[in-house]
Amino acid sequence: MAAGARHERRRRMIEISGLHKRFGAREVLTGIDASVARGEVVCIIGPSGSGKSTLLRCINGLEHHERGSIRIDGALVDPTRRSIRAVRAQVGMVFQRFNLFPHRSALENVIEGPLQVKRERREAAEARGRALLARVGLAGREAARPEQLSGGQQQRVAIARALAMQPKAILFDEPTSALDPELVGDVLAVMRSLADDGMTMLVVTHEMAFAREVADRVLFLDGGVIVEQGPARAVLGAPREPRTQDFLRRVLHPM
Amino acid sequence: MAGFLRDSAEFLPILLQGVGLTIAVTLGALALSTLLGLVWVLMRVSGFTLLAGIARWLVNIIRGIPILVQLFYIYFVLPDYGVTLSALSAAIIGLGIAYSAYQAENFRAAIEAIDHGQIEAAQSIGMGWALTMRRVVLPQALRLALPPYGNVMIMLLKDSSQASTITVAELALQGKLIASSTFKNTSVYTLVALLYLAMSLPLIVVVGRLERRYGRRRPA
Repeated sequence: MAAGARHERRRRMIEISGLHKRFGAREVLTGIDASVARGEVVCIIGPSGSGKSTLLRCINGLEHHERGSIRIDGALVDPTRRSIRAVRAQVGMVFQRFNLFPHRSALENVIEGPLQVKRERREAAEARGRALLARVGLAGREAARPEQLSGGQQQRVAIARALAMQPKAILFDEPTSALDPELVGDVLAVMRSLADDGMTMLVVTHEMAFAREVADRVLFLDGGVIVEQGPARAVLGAPREPRTQDFLRRVLHPM
Repeated sequence: MAGFLRDSAEFLPILLQGVGLTIAVTLGALALSTLLGLVWVLMRVSGFTLLAGIARWLVNIIRGIPILVQLFYIYFVLPDYGVTLSALSAAIIGLGIAYSAYQAENFRAAIEAIDHGQIEAAQSIGMGWALTMRRVVLPQALRLALPPYGNVMIMLLKDSSQASTITVAELALQGKLIASSTFKNTSVYTLVALLYLAMSLPLIVVVGRLERRYGRRRPA
């Protein structure tokens, strides 16, 4: 292997090859090859049912894939082995419906992983937890229960919870789809600042403006395959594939 | 009425001894059934097919046999195999096992009511099965299980009277003994009923409070 190729390989944080996934008789992903470089922000777009969320959930083993392989920073993702826990501890996930722990405060949600999974000391974890809540604009809300927070605030706590594990990458599964429109901006602003700080991010989203402005690359998924991929401005601004053109026309001009 | 008061003064001291045993049987069986119920339900949700199958069958067998027969089995049949228990122990173990099936089903309903997104969130920060259960699922399931748990306590209190069939001199048996020797059926059984009510009514009130507090989930 040439030195350049080896370097190229090391640069890849998430590497997916030949990925197949089916639910019963229905094939959801039929041969996905994709990679995300260290520090890269990649948005996945596509119609509902195209397999976007399934692809994301396969990456941290919430779904089991049948064929193909996924590597995170070189480590193989295998949901049937205990090693999956170590992989998950290194890959953050932000869910559409937040999934905060309702019986714990905002700060407790954030430090749960560091305390229980990484066995950090409480003082250190709390200090970083407070700093992370401040970073997502929630200083002073440490003691609030999830039910006392708006959807946008809850999602920002969820982002802080993912960051608290000091992950190598964060997966976002339609992070703003369950939010009222006026709350979307705060969440996207936090995600944009993460991108600016060099976080490796893979984002399933319908926010085309966010994809255009923040993403390095965009993948367009349809029918379980990547139909088109490339720099965000190219795919969103001048798509080559008819299916991509059709999808973007319907998303950008719904009326 | 004067007769009833006179009878009360005479019989209450004996009946109160029965109350002591009723409480002992109820609390003992409650503790045992809670422990066993937790074991059955953790086996059931462990993800191991064999363990889950064993737990499901155990619960079905226990539920399918009358409590009375289970008590007879433990008190009258086990001695034939060299296991001799005191009447009180046999009552606590018998009722504890019988009720563990209901406890397990209540716990399972509570665990299955937890949003699957909670489990995924726990997994996504690297938690394994045990940590997910202990830190995320069980604390939330506990609140959901509280109202049915209170109902189990009330049912168990009343079913503790079945211990009388294996000679535990709890409240019901004491009442029966007094009534059959004095023929003052009205006074004695009225007192027995009032004593059971005095124990169960406070529990019923507590359960009502728990249901109002935790029973219905707030809409999202």
